[in-house]
Amino acid sequence: MQVALMVPCYIDMFYPHVGIATLELLERLGANVIYPKEQTCCGQPMANSGCSEEARATEEHCARVFGSFDCVVTPSGSCTHHIRNKFTAAADSPEKQNLVRNTYDLVEFLHDVLRIREFPWATFEHKVALHTSCSAIRGLNMASMSERVHDPVFSKPKALLSGVSGIEFVEFERVDECCGFGGTFAVTEEAVSAEMGYDKLAFMQKASPDCIVSSDMSCLMHLQGCARRQRQDIPFFHLAEVLNGVSL
Amino acid sequence: MSSPVDQAKNAEKFLADTVHEERLDKLLWGMRMRRDAAARQVPEWEELRTLASEIKEHTLSNLSDYLIQFEARATANGVIVHWARDAHEHNQIVYDLLAEQGTNLLVKSKSMLTEECEMRPFLERRGIRVTETDLGERIQQLDDQPPGHIIGPAIHKTNKDVAVLFSQKYGSDPNHEDTAYLAGVMRENTRPDFLKARAGMTGANFVVAEPGAIVVATNEGNADLSANTPPLHICSVGIEKIITTASLAVFIRLLARSATGDTITQYTSMFRGPRKGAAMHVILVDNGRSTRLGMKRFWHSLKCIRCAACMNTCPVYRRSGGLSYGSTYMGQSASS
Repeated sequence: MQVALMVPCYIDMFYPHVGIATLELLERLGANVIYPKEQTCCGQPMANSGCSEEARATEEHCARVFGSFDCVVTPSGSCTHHIRNKFTAAADSPEKQNLVRNTYDLVEFLHDVLRIREFPWATFEHKVALHTSCSAIRGLNMASMSERVHDPVFSKPKALLSGVSGIEFVEFERVDECCGFGGTFAVTEEAVSAEMGYDKLAFMQKASPDCIVSSDMSCLMHLQGCARRQRQDIPFFHLAEVLNGVSL
Repeated sequence: MSSPVDQAKNAEKFLADTVHEERLDKLLWGMRMRRDAAARQVPEWEELRTLASEIKEHTLSNLSDYLIQFEARATANGVIVHWARDAHEHNQIVYDLLAEQGTNLLVKSKSMLTEECEMRPFLERRGIRVTETDLGERIQQLDDQPPGHIIGPAIHKTNKDVAVLFSQKYGSDPNHEDTAYLAGVMRENTRPDFLKARAGMTGANFVVAEPGAIVVATNEGNADLSANTPPLHICSVGIEKIITTASLAVFIRLLARSATGDTITQYTSMFRGPRKGAAMHVILVDNGRSTRLGMKRFWHSLKCIRCAACMNTCPVYRRSGGLSYGSTYMGQSASS
């Protein structure tokens, strides 16, 4: 199966090892991965800030680069959410329609398309605090929402990680509350954003995890920043790293 | 319009004081948890929410018919119905009623609409003393602050804040922070006004078209005292609050559960007409609502039943405090 890999700009810049882990994981699973080198960004930061006109060229470039693939995979819930549900700056085109239809977050691709549940090469004998982003929960239906009290409880990231031997999950309060990042929100509402991050960390730390894992690196970037400022020494991993067999 | 609000800066100030921020966050999250527990007890909870939304869609789509029906029925019940295009018209109607009554004291229970219309300063400038009789609203009035939350106006304040405020305004003990004591101080100071006042005011949670009735849901009972003690009851209500009789039960089941996690408020009172020897006036207020109704992407916001569940669950609101938004309907109210 041919897969085009979209590596979000902030992962490319700050966490290239997460892009590499995603590539290795997809190749382990037998995918024929293509990495279009001219890729840049999906346009989300501009669009989220209300700068639709400024997002247009970036979105259109993204559509041109990825619009001819049957399957585009990215290790980011928020980029997937943007492309699938909010890709309105780009002019309509067959490429754009194709991209909107064929883009998957890595979790969705593994869970819903390939339907993988076992990762026999990976062992992770650690207690994990699992964070799932708002984009993934609210935008991609990747896990149940706590306020929908009668809905069945589920989590696709957790279902995947459960296929890694030795892994344990800790339960913590306010499990689906936002980490406070919110993209440009972290810049425009710095104080509130930071407080939410500190609170999120505190709730997780109360449950004594060995590390914090998420399928959205941007949430982890924010939480990591908060942890550093508080001189907390806790490792952070993208889900792709754990599924690919990283060791702590 | 006032100048733009720097919510981020206001929130930063609120956050600098960790005592208040932590307390607000905990209290409101506690309400969210109570709401979840209450919703769990109702298997058809989501169907109820959908039904309520559809009922509102129906009543808002037929708003003029229902309002006219309400006016006819209420009038037949002996209520005098007024129409106010905007805040100023509303405030003027209230003032004229008070002038006609020859009174310079108005006792009232909590109403977000009168906050929206900035009625209190309007009346005060004309020599009317207004006494808020609900605890939270009274605290905010004494502190010269608008409400910080639509159902808990003073929820951002600690007992200590209130003890200090009451000691300054009422001469009570600033070191006595017990809730029952503080509520007692407030009661002793506002109850006499119920007996003195010749006019009382309430808002309304619902306007029920067919019987020409208004419904007020409260926990402290001051709305009932405001409506039933003075010889004049003025009820101000936004035109979007109209519903049908059959649907009242749907909304009553949703309201308190969504707001505080209680199955029902302590008092749910229906007023259909004046008491013997008293007068009842209802002011139906537009103040931008019909314009909103015409907005393709925003008319849904008129479905809001003001339960404040959106504020309680919002992580940004909980860390910012309601006053940071500089708006009557702060935070996420009616945004979804």
